Amino acid sequence: MAPPMPPAVRLVNLSRRFGSIRAVDDVTLDVAEGEFFAMLGPSGSGKTTCLRLIAGFEQPSKGHIEIFGETAEGVPPYKRNVNTVFQDYALFPHMTVGENVAYGLKIKGIARAEREAKARDALAMVKLAGYEDRRPAQLSGGQRQRVALSRALVNGPKVLLLDEPLGALDLKLREQMQEELRALQKELGITFVLVTHDQGEALSMANRVAIFKDGRIVQVGSPEDVYERPQSRFVADFVGSSNVLSPAFASSHGGAAKWTSLRPEKIGVFPAGALAPAENAHADGDIKMINYQGSVTRFSVEAEDMRITAELRGDAERFNEGDSVRLIWPLSAMVTMEDDA
Amino acid sequence: MSQVATAEAGDGVLDKISDVLIARPKLLTLLLLLPPLLWIGIVYVGSLFALLLQSFYSLDYFSGLIVREFTLSTYKQLLEEANFQIILRTVTMAALVTLACSVIAFPIAYYAARYARGWTKAFFYLAVMMPLWSSYLVKVYAWKLILAKEGIVTWFAESVHLAWLLNGILALPVIGGPSLSFSYIGTFLVFVYVWIPYMILPVQAALERVPTNYLEASADLGATPKQTFWTVVFPLALPGIVAGSIFTFSLTLGDYIIPQIVGNSRLFIGQAVYTLQGTAGNIPLAAAFTVVPMIIMGFYLWMAKRMGAFDVL
Repeated sequence: MAPPMPPAVRLVNLSRRFGSIRAVDDVTLDVAEGEFFAMLGPSGSGKTTCLRLIAGFEQPSKGHIEIFGETAEGVPPYKRNVNTVFQDYALFPHMTVGENVAYGLKIKGIARAEREAKARDALAMVKLAGYEDRRPAQLSGGQRQRVALSRALVNGPKVLLLDEPLGALDLKLREQMQEELRALQKELGITFVLVTHDQGEALSMANRVAIFKDGRIVQVGSPEDVYERPQSRFVADFVGSSNVLSPAFASSHGGAAKWTSLRPEKIGVFPAGALAPAENAHADGDIKMINYQGSVTRFSVEAEDMRITAELRGDAERFNEGDSVRLIWPLSAMVTMEDDA
Repeated sequence: MSQVATAEAGDGVLDKISDVLIARPKLLTLLLLLPPLLWIGIVYVGSLFALLLQSFYSLDYFSGLIVREFTLSTYKQLLEEANFQIILRTVTMAALVTLACSVIAFPIAYYAARYARGWTKAFFYLAVMMPLWSSYLVKVYAWKLILAKEGIVTWFAESVHLAWLLNGILALPVIGGPSLSFSYIGTFLVFVYVWIPYMILPVQAALERVPTNYLEASADLGATPKQTFWTVVFPLALPGIVAGSIFTFSLTLGDYIIPQIVGNSRLFIGQAVYTLQGTAGNIPLAAAFTVVPMIIMGFYLWMAKRMGAFDVL
């Protein structure tokens, strides 16, 4: 039997302190080869430092990093077989787009004709064929982002690190790039590690998501796992801002006496006194706020001392702020959390 | 109440003027620019032109009068051995001073831009700027004393038993002399000292504009720190170096005080101009000498542009 493949990236008890701040605190994680892995968390949660440790821009205070089985701590970034797409792209302003993309190949000593051909192909891959002679300053944000991507990919990295790559783009472009990045990752089969604070981005693009809080990973799992089965109040709230029900509220509504997550879209809003079907729980309250968002409408309802958010699709115009309503949700929608942090 | 009424009626003279100006923004711009344009046009460019004109006249050596007829004979005089030596000496000195300034200034500017924070940065600015606050003449005379035969440099060399080294340096042909303050080495040292802030500041400003993530991106793409320096840092700092070298080069080309006080009494362009327009009364030749630095700087800027030094700006 062949020995098992080493993981693309392995972090073992990894810590990075800046003075007294523990930016990354005892993180242990395996990223498998070919995976699209997302590190999700609010700003200051340590996800970017974690990525910088993998890239080699930071050295760990403690712990161990392996990239395809090779020890990476102490190895400078230019000797690691990973490439990074930077948040603000970091394209060299004094080089043309073509020179930017060919930079890594030039450093490796690849002959001019070959590296120019490869740079052309890499630009064509991100739909920027023919942009070789422009300057980065002449490109739009989305185009710069593509150049940054092809500048990293042209080197054939084993792992591609993406630091908030879509952060500076507007919504429409961001959605389009999300799709393209996914397609590109599938096509190339390279391991992608994405850092983002946007839970929608992480859920829609990644195979697996790690959620960071205060330098630690609080949950790792598939997008469905972390969304449907959050293990802590933090995850429930951060990923898709779920309702976090207190143990008392949960147990009096057919759940366990533990902190419980209830997704807004699982809750139906009905006129007061409406009958709840079997296997459903209900709570009565008043609408405090209606927030119309186009495809959905969010209701903030005060029911039995809890502020509960419900999300309806379409036909929500029959309710007004101040109306008394009954909230009804299936018992199965209540997800008990083990960790009350 | 009355203010409101005035504003609505718009009958004050100032109101009418401001109405006219707001409606014609170009007129406003013109009015604002007129005084500086007149200054630049008449006082500055005008006198430069007068200077240029003078250089095409010649001096009648018998009568000592200026012959106001167009001639290139004055420029021809520049090529005479003695005059040409002055030009060559000045240009060589300016080039060496500029080179030394950029080599010394770069690490200082790099440290200030990349590593100095808080009080170290304040100290940097203070250390670079403070010499500029004291009189130029005082600094140059101070240097004369430092470099003099009885000065601190000689004393120090003797007390660490390196007098032989100092004497060896002074014994060098051309650049040596009886003491440092009477040699080209002395002139060079004082030039470098006096002009170096003008090199440090623009280089530091250029380096400040190189974000750290360019360096990280370069390392990420496989470049060693040395490769990153030559392919990313240096090209991006080049406009700053060129800006600084314009200062150090042109200031050295035009200076007539430093070589007067510290040096071996061989003339530099500035001194030649000073002597020619004063005692000698040869205004045309003085003017022709003044044109030389302008031509050299013009050529220098043209070369710098061709080499792409300003592409990043």
